[in-house]
Amino acid sequence: MHWEWLANPEYQHLLLVGLYYTLILLVTSIVIGFTLAVPIGLVQVTGPWPLKMLARGFCTFIRGTPLLIQLWILYYGFGSLFPSIPWLRHSFMWPVLREGFYYAVLGLSLSVAAYEGEIMRGAFLGVPRGELEAARAFGMSGWKVLSRVWFPRAVLQVLPTLAGETVSQLKSTPLAFTITVMDLMGARFKISSDTYIMYEPLIFIAVVYMILTFIITRAFGYLERLIPKRR
Amino acid sequence: MILAAAVPISELLSYGDKGYLDELIWGAFATVEISFFAYLFGVSLGLLGAIGKLSGGRILRYFLDGYTTIFRAVPELVLIMLLYYAGTNGINNLANSIGLGPVEMNGIVVAIFVLGIVQGAYHTEVLRAAIQAVPLGQTEAAKAYGMGPFTLFRRVTLPAMLPFAIPGLANLWLNITKDSALVAVVGATELANATRIAAGGAKYYLTFYLLAAAIYLLISMASNQFFGWLENRVRRGQPKLAVS
Repeated sequence: MHWEWLANPEYQHLLLVGLYYTLILLVTSIVIGFTLAVPIGLVQVTGPWPLKMLARGFCTFIRGTPLLIQLWILYYGFGSLFPSIPWLRHSFMWPVLREGFYYAVLGLSLSVAAYEGEIMRGAFLGVPRGELEAARAFGMSGWKVLSRVWFPRAVLQVLPTLAGETVSQLKSTPLAFTITVMDLMGARFKISSDTYIMYEPLIFIAVVYMILTFIITRAFGYLERLIPKRR
Repeated sequence: MILAAAVPISELLSYGDKGYLDELIWGAFATVEISFFAYLFGVSLGLLGAIGKLSGGRILRYFLDGYTTIFRAVPELVLIMLLYYAGTNGINNLANSIGLGPVEMNGIVVAIFVLGIVQGAYHTEVLRAAIQAVPLGQTEAAKAYGMGPFTLFRRVTLPAMLPFAIPGLANLWLNITKDSALVAVVGATELANATRIAAGGAKYYLTFYLLAAAIYLLISMASNQFFGWLENRVRRGQPKLAVS
């Protein structure tokens, strides 16, 4: 086993920056994705049929194709079209459109939106009708029913499922490395190609991912214990 | 430049030497092949793992707990790379030590083994939960009839656990058809890698990747139909699920 590279401050810095990118990818994609997932789940339950079909089609496409291909569609597919549009090159958008990181954030967020949208659809359906009717009977507006009763009840029901989704999302982030993002996987690649050491950097980041998984499951376990259980 | 490409897209998408359609179709077949055999391997590992977890000794149980915990906590891509390099290196070292020299590795076979080992951890958990969901009275009754462990498993545990296992197993099949794209990163030629090569050659990136996505979608939707039919079949004679 060769672990002497771990003492090199340059590689330590690389791994720290990699960890930072992995966490940023995870957090931003979960936040953006979940914000999209709530309306995607909701319109499938109560929305008008065009929106319902749109949401269902979106979920089917994202859940039926590999995330790797989705990222490549965004980065290599759409990304290859942008340079042929002259005015775009000089616009303020260009630094964003050139960077793999933003494509990764977009791709990962859409993935969360589809998977969690499907979960939220089931969650909204699972809230007993009587509770919603009671809320209406109290004179709450549609928006207030959603924000005070329907949404909180739905989210709390599926918290364990969301924990699992968050862990899968963490495990999807290394795919961003295939579109040039220097996350943990990217840092590992740089170290391996510098030192010709294959396994040890891979084992090291595997351990880091395990620790992150452990932290996520613990955090959701803590959240679940905060909810009073009553029948 | 998109407009400057010399060859028209219709020719690039044709079957034969000039077009890339045949490469994509072969890639799709390779994806299904890798997924199918890796899935079979994964189910076998999962069945052994589940039985080991439920009725094995303490050391075996610790070992299996470690397997399922680690393999479900580390990203598939990392595991695939680790196992791929370790596997190919290990076999080469073995071949060297008995004087065979470096062996040419079949990428598809290695991919099947690697994906199967990774998925086995998930299969273990799905099947363990399904076996545990079978009411104890049913297996006790079978024992009272004097059935041996194999007859008992084949006649009672297996058919009784399938309704609990099928949804999880269906999910894992859909996962492996998608995860098989990850072996493209270590260079096995399946749909994702064939598309990457074709798109690079043709310079129509968006068209080719969208086409690959459509093929994956087709595989997923066909699989959904099949598993829907299968679930109805293993549930026959049972009360319908309550629909909310």
